Amino acid sequence: MSNWHKVCLLEEIPVRGSRVVPHAEGSIAVFRTADDAVFALRDACPHKGGPLSQGIVHGHRVTCPLHGWNLELSSGEAAAPDIGCTRRYPARVEDGVVLLEL
Amino acid sequence: MKKQKLVVVGNGMAGIRTVEELLKLAPDLYEITVFGAEPHPNYNRILLSPVLAGEMTLADIVLNDRAWYADNGITLHTGKKVTRIDRIKRKVIADDGDGAPLEAAYDRLLLATGSLPFMLPVPGNDLSGVIAYRDIADTEAMIAAAASHRHAVVIGAGLLGLEAANGLRLRGMDVTVVHISDWIMERQLDQTAADMLQASLEAKGLKFLLAKQTEMLLAASSGRVGAVRFKDGSEIPADLVVMAAGIRPSTALAESAGLHCQRGIVVSDTLQTFDPRIYAVGECAAHRGTAYGLVAPLFEQAKVCANHLAQMGIGRYQGSVTSTKLKVTGVDVFSAGNFTGGDGTEDIVLHDRNGGIYKRLVIEKDRLVGAVLYGDTGDGGWYFQLLKEGRDVSAMRDHLMFGDAFANNHVGDTGHAGQSKAAAMADEAEVCGCNGVCKGTIVKAIREQGLFSLEEVRKHTKASSSCGSCTGLVEQILASTLGGAYQVSDRTTKPVCGCTELNHGEVREAIRSQKLLSLGAVFDALAWRTPDGCATCRPALNYYLISTWPHEAEDDPQSRFINERAHANIQKDGTYSVVPRMWGGLTTPDELRRIADVAEKYHVPTVKVTGGQRIDLLGIRKEDLPAVWKDLGMPSGHAYGKSIRTVKTCVGTEHCRFGTQQSMAMGVELEKMLFGMWSPHKVKLAVSGCPRNCAESGIKDIGVIGVDSGWELYVAGNGGIKTEVAQFLCKVTTREEVLEYSAAFLQIYREEGWYLERTVHFVQRVGLDYVKQKVVEDANNRHALQQRLLYALQGIADPWLERTQGEVPPRLSAEFTPLPVPVETVEFATGGRHEQLA
Repeated sequence: MSNWHKVCLLEEIPVRGSRVVPHAEGSIAVFRTADDAVFALRDACPHKGGPLSQGIVHGHRVTCPLHGWNLELSSGEAAAPDIGCTRRYPARVEDGVVLLEL
Repeated sequence: MKKQKLVVVGNGMAGIRTVEELLKLAPDLYEITVFGAEPHPNYNRILLSPVLAGEMTLADIVLNDRAWYADNGITLHTGKKVTRIDRIKRKVIADDGDGAPLEAAYDRLLLATGSLPFMLPVPGNDLSGVIAYRDIADTEAMIAAAASHRHAVVIGAGLLGLEAANGLRLRGMDVTVVHISDWIMERQLDQTAADMLQASLEAKGLKFLLAKQTEMLLAASSGRVGAVRFKDGSEIPADLVVMAAGIRPSTALAESAGLHCQRGIVVSDTLQTFDPRIYAVGECAAHRGTAYGLVAPLFEQAKVCANHLAQMGIGRYQGSVTSTKLKVTGVDVFSAGNFTGGDGTEDIVLHDRNGGIYKRLVIEKDRLVGAVLYGDTGDGGWYFQLLKEGRDVSAMRDHLMFGDAFANNHVGDTGHAGQSKAAAMADEAEVCGCNGVCKGTIVKAIREQGLFSLEEVRKHTKASSSCGSCTGLVEQILASTLGGAYQVSDRTTKPVCGCTELNHGEVREAIRSQKLLSLGAVFDALAWRTPDGCATCRPALNYYLISTWPHEAEDDPQSRFINERAHANIQKDGTYSVVPRMWGGLTTPDELRRIADVAEKYHVPTVKVTGGQRIDLLGIRKEDLPAVWKDLGMPSGHAYGKSIRTVKTCVGTEHCRFGTQQSMAMGVELEKMLFGMWSPHKVKLAVSGCPRNCAESGIKDIGVIGVDSGWELYVAGNGGIKTEVAQFLCKVTTREEVLEYSAAFLQIYREEGWYLERTVHFVQRVGLDYVKQKVVEDANNRHALQQRLLYALQGIADPWLERTQGEVPPRLSAEFTPLPVPVETVEFATGGRHEQLA
């Protein structure tokens, strides 16, 4: 049984942008890519904890604003040659509503 | 769609590099099969010498292990020599001596068969103990011979021969180098350098026999080689003979398939042979009559060939300028280009015989065309770059000999303990002070990970990837570790990023000439490889769009770095800093009171005075920013942007007893004119009221200094990573002229500068003379530049005021508001839709 939460409307997240969802375990960054896919990652880069929500979104990746690590939105994995991973939360859009599994 | 089949014959550096480049461009286009005659995966052939010398092991020099082939879906056949190409049926046939021949069909075929060592045609050249120096098997044979035999003779004193001789000596053999010419390495060195090199190798224990021709190799009673006899009748003992008298392109396979060969497999500028389905790269290929035997040209060929294989067809190979460096530890030799000179050339020579240093630079028509360095090769990479770029060196001629550090230092002032020569640094010495990377770590990464360029070292080690102060040192380390294989990144032609082949200049020009007005239009018109760019190209493109087509092009906030989107400066903990504008560094009691109130109300942990005469409030939460701005009631200080930052002023005649001009008023006026100006990088100005220059105008992008008779203007100074003193542009008389000239200089920088290029680097690239011509000498052009800047700045709003007054669309102000904590749980029917949400 999934525990999905309604977050916001898709249109409330800028294209190639993100919004921050406060959460007890640490903020979650919800991203919207150019192809209107949504992804959610813990809002902390595995490198030095930079807020990924503030990064530039390109393709299905985000670049951390602090030191430029690139993270795969679908997995939270850092792109080579950097090594690290941040927590990923399942996210999807239904009827224009962004849902997050917590 | 069914994949096309690409077959690669040759599993060496050229062939696999081409495959790597191809995978970067078109990972799914081909089903790839690789044949290698050696039983090993691809290894770094240039590092066989350190292996022979006992400085590295075979495992260290593998470039792509078998897992790499598997991961990329490449079928690898090692120990299989391709013996025939059937061009009609489009297949190759390989034979491993036993079992059925192996066949592979191709749509495209890449020949990278390399070269064969030239074995002197003398009697006895087939005796046991006579080998060439080419591959792992030869290296292993030499190591084995060194363990059980005493006398080694190396025939040929070229690069390879000397490295072989040195390795055998280090393994305990008594080594004699035999050479047909009058001095060693005559293809790479002039006689002076060669004699110095020979003396130093003799001091290490090598023996030389010059101007000697081998007549035959004599067998010992064991049947193994025992001696070498020369044409003059003399003989020397030899238990091991290494033939290093040159290489020949390996063309037998191509010739048997009827491909045109002439000193190599003849290829076009797209690396295609006379059969357009068949390509050739590397030592086997003859391009415009030249077959290259060094690594750097092979890599350039690989890039072009991959581009063509990927069906992009925009690459052209036009030949390479090569450089060589001897890999013998403790001996530094470098040469490049035409080092012997000749008609129409002139030499600059430094020769310190006792100090063991010799440098000869050959110049033709104000351009460096050749260089030989002995003893101190630290600047080899720099000379090679000058030579490749064909840059006019007349301006730096008087200090050219003293190298990069004197002429044009890339090494910053700080962060590496004042070192400017990597060769003199110990392995434990810190090269990159930002990321704490030592020299030894960089050398190890270059060797073990097979890195060949600055970008690769930056990615893998992080050295030079932050402030860039140590870039010059890292380049020196690359050059000394790799020698001729070092791929000098050409700053002027480097592509913007991995999304395109185009460089900054080409992209700017296309945006202008094709009147591109949005990122989407740029991606389409210039065939970007990625659907929406990357974090490197998007901010650059966005700047080019809005600076080229002000009021017309779309400004995309999502393509700006967070600081320019949030209009504040992000800090390490994700909070922001806020710097309100204080025109010319002037403020009032009322402003100070408001700043104090804000600091208390929002619990600002740190309040600091900046270097640009402003007050910085640090540690503000993003969601508080709009309220902070509203309470401050001051305009944005733009301390976060690639934009006009500050105009710093001294007191001037308003109060100062030495002042000659009203520097504060001038500063305020300049700052108001430039408010809201975006630029390739940050821009800082200063105005001083007299030559005492208390505002430090000498290290600013534009420095204005008042004198009794007017104003002196200085440009392209810099006070950061590397202190650069601003250069005198001109002297003017009136306030209006200060505004006009400053605007014109900044506008030419805005129009022609590359993104993230400071004014100092822009002026270094285009030359101060060019800037003077456009800004000082041509009054009409100056006026036009000023008008274009003023037009671009027309109606520019204060971003803080806009956001506090709700004048921006909600999608932009949403930037500052976190979403509510999600509480609503949505129940799901089995695999089905959620219930009422809205």
